[in-house]
Amino acid sequence: MRIDDSVRQEILGAVPGLRAFAISLCGNVDRADDLVQEALLRALANIHSFQPGTNMSAWLFTILRNHFRSEYRKRRREVEDADGHYAESLTSHPEQHGQLELTEFRESLSKLPEEQREALILVGASGFSYEEAAEICGCAIGTVKSRVNRARTRLAELMSIQGVDDFGPDHETRAVLIGSRRG
Amino acid sequence: MNTGKPMGHTAQAQSPDESDKQKSPKASRLDRNTRAKLGQQLRAVYDEVVSQGVPSRFTELLNGLNNEGKQNAH
Repeated sequence: MRIDDSVRQEILGAVPGLRAFAISLCGNVDRADDLVQEALLRALANIHSFQPGTNMSAWLFTILRNHFRSEYRKRRREVEDADGHYAESLTSHPEQHGQLELTEFRESLSKLPEEQREALILVGASGFSYEEAAEICGCAIGTVKSRVNRARTRLAELMSIQGVDDFGPDHETRAVLIGSRRG
Repeated sequence: MNTGKPMGHTAQAQSPDESDKQKSPKASRLDRNTRAKLGQQLRAVYDEVVSQGVPSRFTELLNGLNNEGKQNAH
């Protein structure tokens, strides 16, 4: 198989984002990388159907998402565990500043319904427009907007619920209270 | 073939998720700070992976294919 250097560079350029998206879908780095690999092989096998000048990244994201939907979702359900495998597999530097908060965020993110999570990631992190995200997900633009809104609302709920238990918004309130007692 | 979707059409009004919108009146109530903070954390989680760059298995995959192609072409 022969691919142009420019196409190869475009594909490689999309890989970091594809991995981040895949991890959000699979909840596991190793499985995500396998998913990316399989998506790339599919893309390469169908490279003739890619139209030069159109959005390579969106094309690859679409292939990866469709492959995940047809193959991976079943496998994920079989091995999914309820207590934060997603977060565990990603937290490589727990000592880092802000890492606890991000771990909490990842856990909340993993609790979102899949369709909401993918819409939020595509629009809020991958940098796709609502229209591009709609094409990737095979749905209407209004549907993407609605999913993103619901994802944000649910995340905000999950984050503040967890915050009551340990270190969320209340942590700051407590700090203020302790501070005022001293003064 | 990609014929593209007509821009600005209003078919999304009939989307299956439209009814769900009604169930989530709080969606628009998130204040700007909350939205900004969620966005920031989302990008931090995403960028943590992006910053890892391209693992060698993928560069090898693409380079390998290209080398094969070159050999076949000669």
